[in-house]
Amino acid sequence: MDFPAPANPPTLADPPALVLAAGRASAHYWRDLWRYRELAGFLAWRDIKVRYKQAVLGIAWAVVQPAVQTILLTFVFGKLAKMPDGGVPYPLLVLCGLLPWQLFTGAFNGAGGSLVGNSHLISKVYFPRLIVPVSALAVALLDFAVMLVLALPVIAFFGLWPGWQLLLLPAFILLTLVIALGAGLWITALTVKFRDFRFITPFILQVGMFVTPVGYRTDFLPNWRDLLALNPLSAVVDGMRWCLLGGRTEIYLPGLAASIITAVLLLVSGVWYFRRTERSFADII
Amino acid sequence: MPLPAIEVSGLSKRYVIEHESRHDSLRDTLHHSARKLWRRLRWGTGFEREEFWALRDVSFSIQPGEVVGIIGRNGAGKSTLLKILSRITEPTSGQITLRGRVASLLEVGTGFHPDLSGRENIYLNGAILGMQRAEISRKFDEIVAFAEVERFLDTPVKRYSSGMYVRLAFAVAAHLEPEILIVDEVLAVGDAQFQKKCLGKIEDVARNQGRTVLFVSHNMAAVQSLCQRAIFLRGGTLFCDAPVAVALQAYLADAQPDANDQFHGETYALRVDHIGFTQAGAFPAIALDLTLRAKLPGRLALEVIVKSSMGTPVAFADAGSLRFDQALVITPGDTRSRWLLDASQLANGSYFIRLQLFEVGVEHHLILDHPAAIEVTRATPDGVDRVLQADWNVGAVTLPLYPVKN
Repeated sequence: MDFPAPANPPTLADPPALVLAAGRASAHYWRDLWRYRELAGFLAWRDIKVRYKQAVLGIAWAVVQPAVQTILLTFVFGKLAKMPDGGVPYPLLVLCGLLPWQLFTGAFNGAGGSLVGNSHLISKVYFPRLIVPVSALAVALLDFAVMLVLALPVIAFFGLWPGWQLLLLPAFILLTLVIALGAGLWITALTVKFRDFRFITPFILQVGMFVTPVGYRTDFLPNWRDLLALNPLSAVVDGMRWCLLGGRTEIYLPGLAASIITAVLLLVSGVWYFRRTERSFADII
Repeated sequence: MPLPAIEVSGLSKRYVIEHESRHDSLRDTLHHSARKLWRRLRWGTGFEREEFWALRDVSFSIQPGEVVGIIGRNGAGKSTLLKILSRITEPTSGQITLRGRVASLLEVGTGFHPDLSGRENIYLNGAILGMQRAEISRKFDEIVAFAEVERFLDTPVKRYSSGMYVRLAFAVAAHLEPEILIVDEVLAVGDAQFQKKCLGKIEDVARNQGRTVLFVSHNMAAVQSLCQRAIFLRGGTLFCDAPVAVALQAYLADAQPDANDQFHGETYALRVDHIGFTQAGAFPAIALDLTLRAKLPGRLALEVIVKSSMGTPVAFADAGSLRFDQALVITPGDTRSRWLLDASQLANGSYFIRLQLFEVGVEHHLILDHPAAIEVTRATPDGVDRVLQADWNVGAVTLPLYPVKN
């Protein structure tokens, strides 16, 4: 915080005045958000520290789950449903689809449950509440990083070296996070008042897993492409697959454009709703 | 005169309680809205909404460096006031101007995570309370020394004893250096020695560092020893804003139940007119005003039992049951009497009084528990540095200790 060094006795000659009144909470909101950035870091660090405490396998859990899912989805979509693979080993298609999906799931779940999960803080201390869902993204990012580092050798093992497309990966990570945060802000603000949304989240994710091309590639499904593009995550999954597999799959550009627009709309409206309800959080949480 | 550190004007906070249903789930809301609409269409009224004013038109201002106590019964609006001052919730109307960095301690250990070690929790809790990383690092050793947990720094705090936990939590908070410190009832925890240390720390913050402190407590003795001024909230309004002694007196007077004018007992009945702590006489005392109504003449013994707030009897006084010659000789009719129970060895704190009436050597007549707590808040006598506090949990009475010379 930008106050005089606390080692010296405080001088009250001309301290900055803070005025609290009904509807005034928003006056310095964005400045406060910046001032409290360290707290966001600490909350993220706490979540990461605590995540795998007392779990013998520790961070290995970030790998076990997607590994099992890769095997299952390969079996279901590749072997049973015999979906076209276009010459790319099917496990790789699935693995590269799971990476963004896991990132989204983690980020969305984290942000969506963050306010209720931190209710003890919200009812006892002031800080811009937006910090809570934002810092909840950190755990998902860490899990994603671990998975990514392990996925790259696997991809290389199958002989598919990623190309320059890999450089665009951060853009797709950002897009995933924007969508997850936008949706998460809605869910978390709504959960403060209506705990129903805690039950809705897993449901959304369950359905989302299948309407998002995690287990199959869209470039061989021209009839379904436009319908799938309504889901902003389709473009993200397609895009990350494209990055990781060196351009061996295609990106559907109209779908990507739609996804970016949806993502921005989600985030803006999410922040708007969050800010609108924020002042009553402490009273009803 | 400098500008006030805290300026509160016309502060009100309203909560709306909607009858008929609390809709915490979506279904409830939908259901409720549908019924509300139906009622509107049918009768032209919605459900009743009851407004509850937790605070109503409260105004005061506090100068930099002042230490002000906030007192009041449960539900008087103390916590709401603190929550608004700490920016946790917004006022409904009115305005507050705060000049200086505010730190509020509404509980100790906010945001402590049981799985993290002591070291990690110091950083986390510090950040939550608004300290910067560099600031925490600088004070780290001081915090650890104050909390006396050096050996367990890397143990998860869930394995701490509750005392250690509280010490660590308070230590972090105590090393905040805000211009305005808001403290809510945090001294009710920890052992006696640590409580003394906490009080001392708050005193130090207030007296020597010239900070503004707002201190909320039910512990009148602590308020009395820390604050120069107190604000007495009653039913959401400011009832009294005065020097601490005056405000405390108002609070204590208000704490007396208005009507305890019933006689208890049959042949011999007892009525409590007033029981309260007084410093008006030669010694601090609990004064008892009693009226005895007798149908028959007799010799009665009166016993007074003083219980701590936990219900443990800690003191006994009698007239007539141990010393027969002091028994009361009663004639039929009402007899009013006033008794003074010497409280000069009693620790400061709240006590309950039980009265027992016996007919000497004959029959057990009457036990009467006075419902209101008596607050003993005696001032420090000459030649003594401090007064024993009941909530130190070391005992309720001070006993004289004499060195024996060989």
